Amino acid sequence: MSSNRITVKNMTDKEYFLGHKACAGCGGSLAVRLALKVFGDRTFAALPAGCMSAVGFIYPQMAFLNNAIISTFPGTGSMLSGMRAGLDALGVKDAHVVGFAGDGGTADIGLQALSGAIDRREKIIYICYDNEAYMNTGVQKSGLTPYGARTTTSPAGNNLPGSVMQKKNLFEIVAAHDIAYAATASVGYPQDYLNKLSKAAAVEGTSYIHIYATCPTGWGTPTETSVSLAKEAVDSGLWYLAEYEDGAFTLNRKPKEFFPVKEHLLKQGRFKHLKDSDIKVIEEARDKKWKRMLEKWN
Amino acid sequence: MDKPELKDFTKPESIRDYPVGPSFYGGHLVSVNSGWRTFRPVVALDTCTGCFRCYLVCPDGVIAKTEAGKVAVDYDFCKGCGVCAHECPFSAIDMVKEDISE
Amino acid sequence: MIDTRKNESVFVSGDEAVALGVRLSRPQVISAYPITPQTIVVERLSEMVEDGSLDAKYIHVESEHSAMSAAMGASSVGARAFTATSSQGLLYMAEGLHYASGGRMPIVMMNANRSLALPWSIFGDHRDSMSMLDSGWIQVYVEDAQEALDMTIQAYRIAEDPSVLTPFMINLDGFILTHTYELVEVPRQKEVDSYLPPFSTPNKMSLETPKSMGFSTSPADNMEFKYQQHKAMMDSMEVIKKADKEFSEMFGRSYHGLVDCYQCDDAEYILVTAGSVTGTARVAVDTMRIKGIKAGVLKLRFMRPFPEQEIRNILSGAVSYGVLDKDISFGYEGTMFTNVNSALSGSKNFPRGMNFVGGLGGRDISVQDIEEMFIALQKCPDNAYGDYIKSRVSFVNMGVNINE
Repeated sequence: MSSNRITVKNMTDKEYFLGHKACAGCGGSLAVRLALKVFGDRTFAALPAGCMSAVGFIYPQMAFLNNAIISTFPGTGSMLSGMRAGLDALGVKDAHVVGFAGDGGTADIGLQALSGAIDRREKIIYICYDNEAYMNTGVQKSGLTPYGARTTTSPAGNNLPGSVMQKKNLFEIVAAHDIAYAATASVGYPQDYLNKLSKAAAVEGTSYIHIYATCPTGWGTPTETSVSLAKEAVDSGLWYLAEYEDGAFTLNRKPKEFFPVKEHLLKQGRFKHLKDSDIKVIEEARDKKWKRMLEKWN
Repeated sequence: MDKPELKDFTKPESIRDYPVGPSFYGGHLVSVNSGWRTFRPVVALDTCTGCFRCYLVCPDGVIAKTEAGKVAVDYDFCKGCGVCAHECPFSAIDMVKEDISE
Repeated sequence: MIDTRKNESVFVSGDEAVALGVRLSRPQVISAYPITPQTIVVERLSEMVEDGSLDAKYIHVESEHSAMSAAMGASSVGARAFTATSSQGLLYMAEGLHYASGGRMPIVMMNANRSLALPWSIFGDHRDSMSMLDSGWIQVYVEDAQEALDMTIQAYRIAEDPSVLTPFMINLDGFILTHTYELVEVPRQKEVDSYLPPFSTPNKMSLETPKSMGFSTSPADNMEFKYQQHKAMMDSMEVIKKADKEFSEMFGRSYHGLVDCYQCDDAEYILVTAGSVTGTARVAVDTMRIKGIKAGVLKLRFMRPFPEQEIRNILSGAVSYGVLDKDISFGYEGTMFTNVNSALSGSKNFPRGMNFVGGLGGRDISVQDIEEMFIALQKCPDNAYGDYIKSRVSFVNMGVNINE
């Protein structure tokens, strides 16, 4: 792959996701945009209910230049399978069949269909843009909302610190299917994401990329920091860049020293209320996870 | 930039002019997003080195590479988020307040 | 293995007849999740794919919701898709039913009519499909295995017609029809191929013309798409009649379009039925006729589109009519009865009507039960509507006394 690595210098000038109505500074739309620039014209995409379908298909404004369809909320994985089977049956070769689903559409309501699709080993690419809550419906808690995040259904008050659950470990749940290729990424590390998109496109079998995608509207962050915050999330150890291939996990980035969690979190409206004791809970969970990853992963 | 032309669109007069079911042409754009902006990114071409960091990270895909090896913003679809200016390693992009009276 | 190059008669179950009809229709993608009493259909289809006699992709999905979702994915790129389900499974894919019809995806699905929990029951009634009546699918109820096979082929022809582009549900009574064996004539592949051309539609995603499908609309446009759906369903009535006529010319079997009649011409008392119980009703009509009672049966084949005109023409000449529903809309009456009454409401002569609710959860409906319905219809009071629901809806063959 390294010889024909896609970079900002050589990627296509064509934009495939243009004129959409996503909020300014939307990390999810950047994730979709870059993916389509890697996958190109021969892409058939399915997007369930969620931000990217809501902002991309408002008749008569159609923001996708490639083929795209809105799937049912729980049915992204299975619709992708049907599309792939149909294209195979019709003799359409060298096409990418790609899903773009949010964290709720992937980790919660879409998990069953995703599991089925991975189980079938079909050549489909599934991209989860994780903005850590149901943003399209107005910031409600999902299975990927982190501890301490204030959402409209996990309010922070005298009794609760916002969400009391840690993020569901979806990357490893996906990997446990012994999927051909899985990776985590961040819109804060776009070249790493491009590399992983290229790998996903080339792999035989199913691939999954879980990309951390900033949401200024839901997180209460300035629109211009969408990329820098997503980088900082990785640098602080609250997110991580990893791959699963041939049954083995690899950490792509091992910060020698973490960016201070408190400083990172307090830049975000959703974490403004956190007490030092809450931040301690978050740091302890991070350290436990990193200890395990550093011990067991390459 | 390779992008579709903005189309004039009027609501169909006859039911026969509607698409059969919710199926329409990809890239059929009828409205711009420029009205969303409070600030517009302005590129200082003498400072721009053509690293294309802004092009890479633009969530709306509205930054184009120019033949001169610099960048140009498509103000039709730019929402003024400011990621480009924030990310520019050379501070070559300024966010300038839109003049509403224009 | 059946040689589809020549006419052959085989002894098969209703489920197997559907599988044979599916194979003859050359679907390109099959996605299905097992549920009793649908399972035999998908077992046979998977065997056909395995032995190479059916050139289709078989997708093992993890739920009925995904069965419909995968079928829609296939249809959205222009492939011919088939799925099958029953009961709880049909309801689990309910979202997908509306989605497929709204998306104008001509998917064909076999539904093995089965009761809905609770209480759990694997046995047949029509509450599953009747509760999906408003989902925008064409619904046919077949009487026997031959009709099941033939309608599977016709289903694709009708659903894929450019003026229709609407999904099609073939309903078979669970066990009574899915699991009983009959001699069925299997049409020749060559003739089916000329009756049913390959699926072709501009309404799909393709590399030549990239599309955005399944988009959202504002209130300014939504009703137009819903109107289109309604019009397509209304227009399907003529397509159904034409498909039946041409099928009859090619294969020698006609099902007479939207409804079928038995001894209705001079009938004073007509029972409206759907599905396999029609055969039992035909026998009851014969015995009533021997007794000098002018009985008839109107077999309601299609519940959507609803054959209003046919029903009005046939029933308005009767003294009274009954509707045998294997379904009850709790708090009112059987859904077929409501629909039939609605059809009659515009006629000058609105005969007296009674609703017989029977067969729920697989309860038998015997010839004698139906004879009793005809006797009740003879006594059907003028003021059947005077006492409202209580006097016009009766439960057939209850095992206990319900007159408290």
